[in-house]
Amino acid sequence: MSRTARVAPPRYRRGQARHAAAALRAAPSALHAAVAALRAEWTKFRTVAGPWWLLAGVVALTVAVGAAAAGAARCQSAACGTDPAAVSFAGIYPAQAVMAVAGVLAIGNEYSTGLVKLSLTAMPRRLTWLLAKSAVLTGPVLIAAALAVAGAGLAGRLILPGHGFTPAHGYASLTSATDLRATVGAALYLTLVALLSLGVAAAARDSAAAIGLVLGVLYLFPLAAAVVANPPLARHLQQIGPLTAGLDAQATTGLGNLPLTPWQGLGVVALWTAGALLLGALVLRSRDA
Amino acid sequence: MTTQAEAPHRPPATQGRESFWYLVHAEWTKFRTVRGWVIAVLVTIAGIIAFAFLGADVSGGCSATGGTSSGTGSTSSGAGGTSSGTGSTSSGTGSTSSGAGGAAACAAQPIGPGGVPVIDAFYFAHQPVTGNGTITVQVASLTGQVTAAPAGSELDEPQIGSGLQPWSKAGIIIKENTSQGSAYAAMMVTGSHGVRMQWDYVNDTPGLTGSVSAPRWLRLVRDGTAVTGYDSADGTHWTLVGAANLPGLTGTVQAGLFAAGSSVNGDFGAMATGTFRNIGLSWPATGWTGTTVGGSAAFGPGQDGTLRQGAGTLTVAGYGDIAPAAGNAYGGSGLTLQRALIGTFFGLIPLLVVAAMFVTAEYRRGLIRVSLTAAPRRGRLLAAKAVVTGAVGFAAGLVAAVLALAVGTHLLRRGGSLEWPVSLPAEARMAVGTGALLAAAAVLALAIGVIAARSAPAITTAIVVMIVPYLFALGPLAGANGEAPRWPLLFTPAAALSVQQALPRFPQLIAVYNPSEGYYPLAPWAGLAVECGWAAAALALAYFLLRRRDA
Repeated sequence: MSRTARVAPPRYRRGQARHAAAALRAAPSALHAAVAALRAEWTKFRTVAGPWWLLAGVVALTVAVGAAAAGAARCQSAACGTDPAAVSFAGIYPAQAVMAVAGVLAIGNEYSTGLVKLSLTAMPRRLTWLLAKSAVLTGPVLIAAALAVAGAGLAGRLILPGHGFTPAHGYASLTSATDLRATVGAALYLTLVALLSLGVAAAARDSAAAIGLVLGVLYLFPLAAAVVANPPLARHLQQIGPLTAGLDAQATTGLGNLPLTPWQGLGVVALWTAGALLLGALVLRSRDA
Repeated sequence: MTTQAEAPHRPPATQGRESFWYLVHAEWTKFRTVRGWVIAVLVTIAGIIAFAFLGADVSGGCSATGGTSSGTGSTSSGAGGTSSGTGSTSSGTGSTSSGAGGAAACAAQPIGPGGVPVIDAFYFAHQPVTGNGTITVQVASLTGQVTAAPAGSELDEPQIGSGLQPWSKAGIIIKENTSQGSAYAAMMVTGSHGVRMQWDYVNDTPGLTGSVSAPRWLRLVRDGTAVTGYDSADGTHWTLVGAANLPGLTGTVQAGLFAAGSSVNGDFGAMATGTFRNIGLSWPATGWTGTTVGGSAAFGPGQDGTLRQGAGTLTVAGYGDIAPAAGNAYGGSGLTLQRALIGTFFGLIPLLVVAAMFVTAEYRRGLIRVSLTAAPRRGRLLAAKAVVTGAVGFAAGLVAAVLALAVGTHLLRRGGSLEWPVSLPAEARMAVGTGALLAAAAVLALAIGVIAARSAPAITTAIVVMIVPYLFALGPLAGANGEAPRWPLLFTPAAALSVQQALPRFPQLIAVYNPSEGYYPLAPWAGLAVECGWAAAALALAYFLLRRRDA
């Protein structure tokens, strides 16, 4: 997989560049350039095995860990207080790291192979190139995320009622509008993580540094919030951290006590993603590739 | 060609060049000459130290620690549940009276003999006695009762059943005075742990087993500063249970009967009632006085007990407990020295990035071929890289931990809230253990780097296996009573965090010993061994693949 990813792009790239250049010559308008960029990036994306394996890994990890967590969860009384969505979506904790790899490598591979110089020669509109890359990544990532959370949610729905998550214990239904919102929130969260990673990779221009930064931003906020001795500060950390804010979008119980409302939480993640993409765009514009 | 033909062409230095330490030196040169990697290691050290300031900063903690509303989303979201759980159990007061939290956290925790923070809150029927003597009693019954928790606070008040708690206790006690934290020795019957002798909060020795319904006789004999406990099933045949030496006992002390409901997690919602007969005092009797030790203080039992005197019987009922305060898990403040090391995770990320890149960068640049040409014995090259990353990780971790512990000790002492005295060997274990934790993590990342041969997957795997288990242990999969799942810190490399545990664990306290309260499921070195096992296994796989694959 690794070698394919490193060697393969130039081979496909050659025809693609010609194609993109041809498209540009034929119709130099911005719209046609964007379409050409999209087609070129999509060809790059779909002809390399790596991203597909990573997205399959996201689905497998989310469903497997979620099912294992649901299998281990118990609710013995009405006061167990466990959020069934938090159990079902436990796999998102490790799976978002894989999603981050997919996002980082979408740009990082261009830098590590030197392909980026060729890409930018063929597509001198750098922002168009970045937007095309983001757009091309979004589609498959969204589908994978939807499959992942749907699978995990389904596993939870099948397993959890047998483990005490019953109407008698206050879990009337696992298919309410709230549960649907949590599922949609989880899928959007995973998608935003991939785009956040893409933005960070465009800014860092190095896969290793980028993945370290992304995972640091994701995982350190919940850790910091858990250890500070000052609860108001901890709550603020939970509000501004992308992972913790994203968890608010996935919650189905105790909604009155969340640091943020579910959609606010998703909004915070979206702000992080937008910020990372903006930073990536600025770096891409201002620096030599 | 033969060896003879080749031998004369060897330059004289070859022997030296082939030595393992030469290889280590070469790898060290590779490491230290990459500016970004050196900076990342410095960031590791700086991160760990910086977070000692954050973790040990208790300036706002007084009003804040106990003041959070109960169970803010306790289990609804991962991180949310954890931090609020920390807040809600920290007060250690009679949480049955809601809203005691804010005041409680500001009050000083009672300190027992040896500087140990304690819970000393119970109902005491006592009289002053001078000099040596004996107190003997027959326990007729021990019953328990749990008052209904205020609405909406059920998560804060986990109780086992509705009546007698496993460690509900009643019996006889000889205590220096009635102030909190004074020295004592007691013989008692317990809810489900038979007869026990306990003294000076941390000591606990079992006596007769079985329930109280069989007659239980208890006796304490004071001789100077020594107090000896006996128990008996019939009042004539006595068995020695334990002997305590209490330097704190002065001439006149308080002797009498006590009851403490005990409970789970140091929330004193349970009451214990002991009925006593055949009370024998060798001292001149002056009549019983009933006192709620701790009274209405912040660290008191929250509710007063009662003393009823009948014909030949004495009934004592009380809330609270007499026990060590085991961090947030049981009545304490949780401000332990371990807080100084919370930056370990923040330090791990740059270190793991560098350790993985130490080999993946060679793959990316093709330098690995040069390295393997220069050192064709691939196992030795891998070993040299492991030695360098391990040594860098250990040095960074040790330096950072020593400084972080110094900072943390200073800040927590200044705030007057350093809980639980940590002995020098324990502190050394925390520092050296942190170095070893980082060293093993770095070697693990290096091995994963060889296995994956690419930066991003290797770094991600290393970070996920070190950090996600701890996130799981913090909250999202909490079970009944908010108890964290044990497996994440039992079987994964993150188990090594146990080496930082600063609090001892007491079998006589029923508490949720969660990682968020500073308790780990494994013993300190056992946890580190688990991480080293993972690193060794990954290194073995890396060696196998490195030998088998083309570079």
